[in-house]
Amino acid sequence: MTVSPQPASVRTLDTEPDTEPVLNKGGQGSELVGRSPGQLMWRRFKRDRTGMVSAVVVLMFFVVGLLAPVISWLYGKDPYTLYGQESLDLLDDFSFPTGKFGGMSGEHWFGIEPGLGRDIFIQLVYGIRNSLLIGLAVTAATVVTGILVGVTAGYMGGKTDYWLGRLIDFLLAFPSTLFFVAFMPVVVALFVSPEDETPTYVRVLALFLVLWFLGWMGLARLMRGETLSLREREFIEAAKVSGAPPWRIIRKELLPNLVTPILVQSTYMLPAAVTAEAGLSFLGVGLLEPTPDWGRMFALAGKVYENDPTYMFFPGVAMVIFVVCFNLLGDSLRDAFDPKAGR
Amino acid sequence: MLQFLLRRSIGAVVILILISAFTFFLFFSIPQDPALLACGKNCTPDAIKIIHQNLGLDKPVPVQYWNFMVGIFAGRDFAVGHCSAPCFGYSFANNQPVWNTIVDRFPTTLSLTVGGAFVFLLVGLGTGMLAAWKRGTAVDKTFSSVSLVLSSMQIYFLGPIVLGLLVYSTDILSSPKYVPFTENPGQWFVGLLIPWIVLSVIFTANYTRMSRSTMIEQLQEEHVRTAKAKGMSSRYVFFRYAWRGSLIPIVTIFGMDLGSLFGGAIITEQTFSLAGIGRLAVESVIKTDLPMIMGVMLFSAFMILLFNIIVDAAYAWIDPRVRLS
Repeated sequence: MTVSPQPASVRTLDTEPDTEPVLNKGGQGSELVGRSPGQLMWRRFKRDRTGMVSAVVVLMFFVVGLLAPVISWLYGKDPYTLYGQESLDLLDDFSFPTGKFGGMSGEHWFGIEPGLGRDIFIQLVYGIRNSLLIGLAVTAATVVTGILVGVTAGYMGGKTDYWLGRLIDFLLAFPSTLFFVAFMPVVVALFVSPEDETPTYVRVLALFLVLWFLGWMGLARLMRGETLSLREREFIEAAKVSGAPPWRIIRKELLPNLVTPILVQSTYMLPAAVTAEAGLSFLGVGLLEPTPDWGRMFALAGKVYENDPTYMFFPGVAMVIFVVCFNLLGDSLRDAFDPKAGR
Repeated sequence: MLQFLLRRSIGAVVILILISAFTFFLFFSIPQDPALLACGKNCTPDAIKIIHQNLGLDKPVPVQYWNFMVGIFAGRDFAVGHCSAPCFGYSFANNQPVWNTIVDRFPTTLSLTVGGAFVFLLVGLGTGMLAAWKRGTAVDKTFSSVSLVLSSMQIYFLGPIVLGLLVYSTDILSSPKYVPFTENPGQWFVGLLIPWIVLSVIFTANYTRMSRSTMIEQLQEEHVRTAKAKGMSSRYVFFRYAWRGSLIPIVTIFGMDLGSLFGGAIITEQTFSLAGIGRLAVESVIKTDLPMIMGVMLFSAFMILLFNIIVDAAYAWIDPRVRLS
């Protein structure tokens, strides 16, 4: 029999320079106090300056998204009012902002939207809110589905594994962006008759459903692989021999060892879901006017870019910062959880 | 080898049939009346009746599906005329068979993809390998951080910026448009240059990151160490040993990317208003042209599966272990 590595819960106690057990000062002599893997991870993560900065920035996006109504109240504007029509000096005869840099001013921080004349700052705040919340819901659902399918396939093996594998193959053969675009009207038609006006929550639900449907396979494959390799390890066998029921083994022995890949993958999946939602709205099949949306701002920005290039600046820069920080955060999380993985 | 490819092809055909069935049944049986979906708001009963007749919606769904599948191989007759052999239905919005439109649109997507792929593969592999070769130096760090930012860009953001720089403000190039290669190779090249640049910038960054990490992984392999220990020049080891090994994951991703791009580079085509397969898909979704969506869907899925098989064949060519097993 070959010597297999120890389970992760034991391995994390090894002698990394930053994981040395602390000496218990108050006690007699030197009593060793261990740290939980979570604590060790947090200690390593705190030292990673890039990771901390990205985490703060990412958090800011969530705060902006969640507190959008508060920001709107403080700022004194809402995303639906057509400010350009209310005071006629904001837009010129061609419906472009009169002021410099897209009409930026103390009143309208990021300028005025060409055409309708809404406030860009509050449009962006609400756009981030809508895209982010949809992306978050999609990520949560795909992660849960991925774990369920992947762990089931890996743990059960045999026929179950085979057929779940074929299901994944089948879904991976779908052209994904095209699928999202093509199935939006069909999914909407599930809930509302095409003759009627589609309420916004139905569009949101439809977006969620199509993005979820083709979003979980990557994680499921990863989970299956990890589960397969864990299943043969001694500590799982020990649990089996001592009569633990499968549910307990999955919950207490398997899942704690899967937390790292799940968390790391989720931080990569969330920006992907947000940009996918934004992409659909950009193409005109996501959220429709007048609901503010991050992606749809780019559709208008592309049309007016020749005459009003500043309109694209803030949504674009915000999106790049958002995706970069999420990717950096994912890398830092991976390093903090498993310093041996390296780059 | 031949047997392996044959088995894979049969698998692909099965998946194609499943996808066609899945798409067909979703489109034609989930909405209470697909005609209503195609007709939209302000629909008159007469219009619905015509759509019913045109799409053959009076028959049960399995029969409709059977007719559709038979039509692909044998052709079909519609009230408006005959639709010959690879018949993927008839688009009543465009008044021509679906297949003809796809054939019309495909060269645009093909040119866009081939040019873009050429650039991103070349630049991506080049910079990635250079970064791995000079690991830890300023070159490596610059490439890594630039590619991180670029891979976080969106085509619909970068596209207008490049257009602004090269077209609107400086007039270096004219607005992107597709001119067939056979008509005028020079204009074909100039017209597609901006889309190629933008498309490849996004992909290049991914290939840089990927080829860097697989190269570094390969350089730590034992056979590479052995080769070095034997006294081979590091250049020879780098290209003959490590590079070959690093190709496998790259070929996989490249095949997947090509497959999905050939099925329509939707966002790029939309950003630059190029009339390719991707734009066709968006147009027909907005018009709710069901037969067209169905046709494009199948076409794209076919492309993805075709490239999966090509990737498998390439594996066997690169890695002798695959051939033997």
